[in-house]
Amino acid sequence: MNILVFVKRVPDTESKIRVNPGQVTVLSVGPDATTTVLKKCLAMGADEAVLIKDEAKETYDGLRIARLIAAAVRKRYPQFDLLLFGKQSVGADNAQVPAMVAEFLGLPQANVAVKLEIEAAQGTARREIEGAAEKVVFNLPAVVSAQKGLNEPRYETLKGIMAAKRKVIPVLTFEDLGLTPDDVASRVEVVKIETPAARQAGKIIPGTPEEAAKALAGLLRGEAKVL
Amino acid sequence: MLLVFIETREGRIKKSSFEALGEAGRRAAELGTTVGAALVGPAEAGLDAELFARGAGKVYRLENALLGDYSAQGYALALKAFVDDVQPAAVFFAATAMGKDLAPRLAARLNVAMASDCTKVAAAGGRLEFTRPVYAGKAIVTVALKSTPQIATLRPNIFAPAAPQAGASGETAVTAVEIPGGAIGGRVAEILKESGEEIDVAEAEVIISGGRGLKGPENFALLKDLSAIIPRSAVGASRSAVDSGWIGHSHQVGQTGKTVSPNLYIAVGISGAIQHLAGMSSSKVIVAVNKDAEAPIFKVADYGIVGDLFQVLPALKEELKKLYAE
Repeated sequence: MNILVFVKRVPDTESKIRVNPGQVTVLSVGPDATTTVLKKCLAMGADEAVLIKDEAKETYDGLRIARLIAAAVRKRYPQFDLLLFGKQSVGADNAQVPAMVAEFLGLPQANVAVKLEIEAAQGTARREIEGAAEKVVFNLPAVVSAQKGLNEPRYETLKGIMAAKRKVIPVLTFEDLGLTPDDVASRVEVVKIETPAARQAGKIIPGTPEEAAKALAGLLRGEAKVL
Repeated sequence: MLLVFIETREGRIKKSSFEALGEAGRRAAELGTTVGAALVGPAEAGLDAELFARGAGKVYRLENALLGDYSAQGYALALKAFVDDVQPAAVFFAATAMGKDLAPRLAARLNVAMASDCTKVAAAGGRLEFTRPVYAGKAIVTVALKSTPQIATLRPNIFAPAAPQAGASGETAVTAVEIPGGAIGGRVAEILKESGEEIDVAEAEVIISGGRGLKGPENFALLKDLSAIIPRSAVGASRSAVDSGWIGHSHQVGQTGKTVSPNLYIAVGISGAIQHLAGMSSSKVIVAVNKDAEAPIFKVADYGIVGDLFQVLPALKEELKKLYAE
């Protein structure tokens, strides 16, 4: 089984997923600095890593990223069984790319999966919905995005880190993928970015636990009107 | 026209779909356009009247036997054909599990950009602007979409639904959707009810959440006691409580759990890590109970009690009992 895993370099931690059998290729879209993340994935056991080079700053346009990924898969990885993503990146927090790639490639999807089973050419995923869970069955190849809990990321081993150092990470440019400037143009216009309005410093309710509880219940009903 | 995707569960329209419809109505009035509601798959006849009462000028039913079970592929295919036909200026979804799964699929099929999980929509200069939290809530971005239709998912429990108008009427149009063989490669085979009639944190009006300060799984009973008193409430949890195995992941609020905006969020024994705040800082009123006066949760809390939760919660339970007995 050939599996393509997509990771994103983000300011903070992000869960990464690893699967056992077959060939695992990790891909990421980003500037050259992204290779550090890809090296880490190699050290964690991926067989191969590829960078789709994109120097653009955050555009908040998931469609643009999905188009890059779909082009790379079509052009370079026509033989695969599973495309794995995280549910969303810390950053744009779009949660758009997996479903968009699935649509571009005409594949079924199972997003925000907490459980995944693959048998022959069919997958079964469990995804949490409001007050219940969905059992999604789908044909392979398919797109799956991971919610926390799908799998425990493995640790990098010293052997893996040494091997990763020696591996060359191929870089794919827009030209390599046959993409025009129009293909990679953002269709999202950023009007403004602000820091969130600080919530007003709240009231600390003094007193014994009983006094504080009584005052709180009174405030929630009388002042805040939420009970 | 502004089109709203209407999500139904067990034959009923979700509250968050009424919220999206309400917001579409307000923006449509500013833009001088109409509001349509799209029901995909089999839906009961009475739903149209509810949608007219909540501001839909027209209800569109997109039908095919293959749309009985939800599939992102099937629903996106049906909506794409319909959108090509009626050319709405925008399509709104509630940012529910289904909306978040479906909207990007439709956007890709239409080859247009979208805005996810919006907390504000404004009509400015004849177009829409969408405001949404990014970087785990550390920044707020406002975007405009340069492609048409503009697709957006709206965060539940942020936008007000329209007050129901008795006697409102409208027109229903039924479209038979063509779905080629093999077009749907996956579907929801089963819905597994986990928790009986419990309300999910994503839909609760009040959430009482517990963290590491609860010290063990058995103490979630203290939160359940409060939840039993407060109508439309649910028990939530921080990542550390879930990772410790004290409560199931479906209760987790935050970056790697659910994003919630209840009217009241009570954080008990939760320090308030940025990943947790990302999931709940759009709550309308926040209460923190924590013994550490320096805990970051107090920076976002409207009301705080610095104290021992094992003393505060039983006292609060008694006060709430009195309150609801009145």
